[in-house]
Amino acid sequence: MSTIQTISQRSQLPNFVATRNACKLCAPLGASIAVRGIEGALPFLHGSQGCATYMRRYIISHFREPMDIAASSFNEASTIFGGGECLYQGIRNVTSQYHPALIGIATTCLSETIGEDVAQLLGRYEADPENAGGPVLVHMSTPSYSGTHMDGFHAAVLAVVEKLGVQQEAIKGRINLFPGMVSASDLRYLKEIVADFALTAVLLPDYSDTLDGQALDTYNKIPAGGTPIAAIRSTAGAMASVEFGRTILHRKTAASFLKAEFGIPAHRMGTPIGVRETDAFFHLLEIVSGRATPEKHQSERGRLIDAYVDGHKYVYGKRAVVYGEEDMVVGLAAFLAEIGVIPVLCASGGESGLLAQSVAAVTPELEGKIVVREGTDFMSIAEEAQQLAPDFLIGSSKGQSVARQLGVPLIRVGFPIHDRIGGQRILHLGYRGAQQLFDHVVNTILECKQQDSTIGYSYM
Amino acid sequence: MSEFLKERQRQVYRKGEQPYQIDCEKQSASGSVSQRACVFCGSRVVLYPIADALHIVHGPIGCASYTWDIRGSLSSGPELHRLSFSTDLRELDVVMGGEKKLYAALCELIDAHRPNAAFVYATCIVGIIGDDVDAVCKRVSQEKGIPVLPVHSEGFKGTKKNGYRAACDALSQLVGTGSIADIRPLSVNILGDFNIAGEIWIIREYFKRMGIQVVACLTGDGRVDEIRKAHGAALNLVQCSGSMMYLAKSMEEKWGTPFRRVSYFGIEDMAQALYDATRFFNNPEVLERTRQLVKEELDVVLPQLTEYRRILKGKKAAIYVGGAFKAFSLVRALRSLGMQTALVGSQTGSREDYEQLRELCDEGTIIVDDSNPLELASFLEEKDVDLFIGGVKERPIAFKLGVGFCDHNHERKEALAGFEGMLNFAREVHTSVMSPVWSLTPRKLSKQTKECAA
Repeated sequence: MSTIQTISQRSQLPNFVATRNACKLCAPLGASIAVRGIEGALPFLHGSQGCATYMRRYIISHFREPMDIAASSFNEASTIFGGGECLYQGIRNVTSQYHPALIGIATTCLSETIGEDVAQLLGRYEADPENAGGPVLVHMSTPSYSGTHMDGFHAAVLAVVEKLGVQQEAIKGRINLFPGMVSASDLRYLKEIVADFALTAVLLPDYSDTLDGQALDTYNKIPAGGTPIAAIRSTAGAMASVEFGRTILHRKTAASFLKAEFGIPAHRMGTPIGVRETDAFFHLLEIVSGRATPEKHQSERGRLIDAYVDGHKYVYGKRAVVYGEEDMVVGLAAFLAEIGVIPVLCASGGESGLLAQSVAAVTPELEGKIVVREGTDFMSIAEEAQQLAPDFLIGSSKGQSVARQLGVPLIRVGFPIHDRIGGQRILHLGYRGAQQLFDHVVNTILECKQQDSTIGYSYM
Repeated sequence: MSEFLKERQRQVYRKGEQPYQIDCEKQSASGSVSQRACVFCGSRVVLYPIADALHIVHGPIGCASYTWDIRGSLSSGPELHRLSFSTDLRELDVVMGGEKKLYAALCELIDAHRPNAAFVYATCIVGIIGDDVDAVCKRVSQEKGIPVLPVHSEGFKGTKKNGYRAACDALSQLVGTGSIADIRPLSVNILGDFNIAGEIWIIREYFKRMGIQVVACLTGDGRVDEIRKAHGAALNLVQCSGSMMYLAKSMEEKWGTPFRRVSYFGIEDMAQALYDATRFFNNPEVLERTRQLVKEELDVVLPQLTEYRRILKGKKAAIYVGGAFKAFSLVRALRSLGMQTALVGSQTGSREDYEQLRELCDEGTIIVDDSNPLELASFLEEKDVDLFIGGVKERPIAFKLGVGFCDHNHERKEALAGFEGMLNFAREVHTSVMSPVWSLTPRKLSKQTKECAA
């Protein structure tokens, strides 16, 4: 790990004060996506109208699904005198229009900066008998000046569990699964895996239906699906919590809270991308369930290894630039390293302080060959990538301009994907996800080889 | 309908079913889930296409992230506008103030990119933390020798319209600072076209053929030096009146430049726009060239439009757009394709706008101000439309219900302005309405079942 280069060694490149083409979004966006993964819930931003609208637009462009986010719509008066009234009116209006079971109230830079005490305001609202029987109100502190959308996402999951989790009897075969921000297909696959181990899981959040829904005859105010509120209440009865993300180990999360408060064992592990990180996840499921990995998944693993062998020559020694949310980057680096691709640059706008060591931990064979950048942006990535001469980029649509500039392909994964269709259906996790990623990576390299050749090989 | 918010009921009007009244230009009700954005959005959309200027968002990262290269505003030269710069304020900056960071960011970016001007967008918290953005801009302007213009676009200080005004205020500081020596008497500025998918190039070409000089485009394919000499033009042609009327009015006051409101969408409005400009100059040669141009263009597009009209006749459409002015053109353009508008609404229409829409629309049409997803979905179901025209936020509402959709917002990639733009529009409407996929959607299937049962 000591040979992994860190941010302090980046003196050869200009270090800008400004953020140029950000490689991150702001916290309330992550909170809104997480709240969308709770059954009957509606995200609500305490701040200006524009925040909700911009985030809706952004999320819609990826998922291509309705994404309603309410706002208290601050005006000048609420900014000066406090936004309590517009918060209350907002909650009342959302309740009468949507009849939600839960409203996730995320703050913004504006409400945080004016020092709004949202917890107290909500307490007063709930104490009023007139509001009895209304939706569950969950406050999440997500100032946009602090962290990234991932901080908002994790804060929302934690806030919901803190609010709803109650002491209860142990439920046999039950686990909590906090997957972080993964695709709708990933969520569906996780549910399948857990069920195959004869376990039941509270998967939180679960936007596999709410943000990847079906065509409808009549409009659903709040789309069907999501983690049931009753299930969230029962998280304290699980045999264990499983939480993905190596870069969130230092922070208080849903899993660490349930452990501290109710003694639920917390298994905090890397996002299972690639064989090795997935093996760790399956191994844990074997221990928790007391069952061997079902044949179906063993064969998927077997086919994956077989595919790795079939394709190894095409990818060995290739160089990739990886960017995105920190835990997505760590997972992708783990996968690339095990197939022989060097993730020469691992970059994120996040600043957990754990990215470099997490990347190092999952890429033992590549010591000293990876540059890791935390808190970076796309113009810095472009400048550094220019020197690193990658064969391809892997990450969200936001790297498109860098890939174009470098003249190398971009393999689209993660969030947001708004220049292609189907971002919500890309599978990243597990053996099945690794299989799809591997085929995609190999075929991208083959296509380049084919196109660059003057011969026009018709089989490769 | 019963579930609609009480405080919004006066913002919905059904022509023929009730006496005319509609509330508008109100602040969005909290919790309504308005489709509106904010003051910053208004400023950002107006100034964004100025391609040789540096645009820096002063505030936490979100506002810059969500507006990075999202529009289809094209440039024929520099593309500085497509980069996203932010001071990315953090917790410590919120406590200590962000002036130093803004100063440093401006200096380094101006040195690195050599822009002809810089726009500094102040977002929600900038005033609250006490930053004197004007002072920083003034200092950097003096040191770097380019205009550095503050845009006071704090999100909560009104609606998108206030953002337009803040942008126009910044622009009017540029207008009048350039030489007008090379400007001819037959000259115009194009205001309120943002060169989405190259639309302003189509319009510019028309004026060239008419023998009229285009001095400045505000702001599509915009350049700082052109804007500086905009006061030299004889006439301002203002499209999208919501965003640019402030500038047109201030230029009339300050420079005596008259303006005309025009629209380049649809063949009627497009021809009208060219004739309005021609009439202003009262020049027989220009008039003759204009007639010739309109005739040539119509000869090309009309036969094809007739064919689309034959197929689309009787289809029903819904429209929900930002500014109502665009809705007028869309209602007329759809009508020219044989289509009826069953719902029309806007985020920021004025009393006069809605009055004009009422006159324009058929009986039974729903007119709505500052609507939200639940209302729009229920209107689409009620009116059983074949097509919805709006922006990205409206698209999933239509698609979820198996209704065709056309993007008429800033993100579109098809030029819809001008005579050829009308042909593109017709083609897109046709593609959206006639796709076989609708026959597989639950809504269409249940409609068929109901019809069979009846």
